[in-house]
Amino acid sequence: MTIKDIQELKTKIDQLKILYKQGKTDVEKELRAFQRELKQISKEFCKNLSPWDRVSIARHNERPQTLDYIKALFKDFVELHGDRCYGDDPAIISGFAKFYNKSVCVIGHQKGRDTKDKIYRNFGMAHPEGYRKAQRIMKLAEKFQIPIITFVDTAGAYPGIGAEERGQAQAIATSIELMGSLKTHIITVIIGEGGSGGALALAVADRILMLENAWYSVISPEGCAAILYKDQSKVQEATKSLKITAQDLYELGVIDCIIPEPYCGAHLSHRLTFLNVKFFLRKALNEILQYNIEEIVRKRQERYLNIGFYEDA
Amino acid sequence: MSIFDFFRKKEKKENLWTKCEECKNILLAQELETNFYVCPKCGHHHQMNPYLWANMILDYNYTVLFEYIKPTDFLSFKDTKKYKDRLKMLKESSNTSEAITIFDGKLSDYPIILSVMDFSFIGGSMGSVVGERFKLASLKAVQDRKPHISVITSGGARMQESVISLMQMAKTSIAVDIMHKNSVPFITVLTNPTTGGVSASFAFLGDIIIAEPKAIIGFAGARVIEQTIKQQLPEDFQTSEFLLKKGMIDMVVHRHLMKQTLKNILSLLFYKNA
Ligand SMILES: [Zn+2]
Repeated sequence: MTIKDIQELKTKIDQLKILYKQGKTDVEKELRAFQRELKQISKEFCKNLSPWDRVSIARHNERPQTLDYIKALFKDFVELHGDRCYGDDPAIISGFAKFYNKSVCVIGHQKGRDTKDKIYRNFGMAHPEGYRKAQRIMKLAEKFQIPIITFVDTAGAYPGIGAEERGQAQAIATSIELMGSLKTHIITVIIGEGGSGGALALAVADRILMLENAWYSVISPEGCAAILYKDQSKVQEATKSLKITAQDLYELGVIDCIIPEPYCGAHLSHRLTFLNVKFFLRKALNEILQYNIEEIVRKRQERYLNIGFYEDA
Repeated sequence: MSIFDFFRKKEKKENLWTKCEECKNILLAQELETNFYVCPKCGHHHQMNPYLWANMILDYNYTVLFEYIKPTDFLSFKDTKKYKDRLKMLKESSNTSEAITIFDGKLSDYPIILSVMDFSFIGGSMGSVVGERFKLASLKAVQDRKPHISVITSGGARMQESVISLMQMAKTSIAVDIMHKNSVPFITVLTNPTTGGVSASFAFLGDIIIAEPKAIIGFAGARVIEQTIKQQLPEDFQTSEFLLKKGMIDMVVHRHLMKQTLKNILSLLFYKNA
């Protein structure tokens, strides 16, 4: 059983559904059988997914991206552009929208789907101006007391000449510091890839939710294999050692909640994925809005100031 | 680790002669050390042990803090070697107990907290111990109302501690923020090399950022950038001088002038009437 088999079965079901809707009710029996089969095998498949399988799912081209979530979960989205210093970075989307009739600030990495869009978005790998734009919008959210929701989906901050010249390290550092003390409520949803500092720069939050097959790590599996194992073919082993799956991160206390994915892959049903994310997002938002600003900032800082494993005898 | 241990371990591997990393001239080890590891021939700034930094910058009577915070292999991480074994080996051979050492002392009579990183300890990488000691140092600086000076060198986050090392970026940045909010000066001295997760957290959050000459400073490694963009990099790319030109740091200061420069800054910003 592979991801591809599940995908094929899902396509077959979708085709039968169309026929059924067109009035060909004789396909019902077949449709039900296929649906049962899909449920069964995806359940089995999910149990046996290796961390590396999950990385592949997290990188799937048809996986929902930040803009898809914005369209599906929010209303009246207004996108805001530019860092007021250098430029506008399309690798990060930022703006304000309504979520259940309440204003929220939405910020996220956007990878792009077709080749042209991917190049325009630089594959979701932000430059310093992207992080500086995010900071500007976060300060607006703070000023008007609007909760922030960030969507994390990046292989990492972009390693390039311009990025270094314009202070990639400084941009990430100031973004982390700002989120760590920002006087408003913050939720992060890790929807796909959480690549190192480029992800953390949008992920210091009061609640961190993570999709079942997303990954979040200090370094990409490939980077770890190359640097620590000195062998690219050891990428699966490196992925396992790094403990980068949602389950691992939940056990380490780095994230607060795992959002289940339909059929073991968010790309197989955007509709169900949106329903799940919407449900958990609303729940998390209600939870943190119970705390006033001072309390929530204090709790956030305590949380991060206490992360670490060491001996202190 | 006591100062005594430090000198005992140091003596054990003392060699009479050494070679400059840059100009390759053969030098008397003693001569290089008394010159604070600046090559007398070409001026290259070699990495220097935290205890020697403390000796260079601080007045005679200083104390070492938070040595009881020690690393542990909480993930049973194994790459080409077990993390546990790496730590065990370092315990026997290293002059420092982790990649950061915290000193409480005075710089020309001005009370300060000094934190110094050690590149020879797993590439100066930041794991839980670096994060915790840095946090405690920063909170002590706030509590005692004295400046925190941090001499930095690091390859980045400690991969053997996985995502927990990534979280140390948030931990140290929030610790810096507490200093910022309390108007306690935080001055960073970036030495060769300062890259990755440490540069993208507390290193670049200094109120004032000083760099040593020709240090390599940046977020991504030069090799990664070259592989990504498939272009040759400019000659002075990611050097202190390059960063100064781009407006990313305040000044480039020779090691021999570091103490005097820091003293001036402390007197201008914080010890204003002294
Ligand atoms: Zn030399």
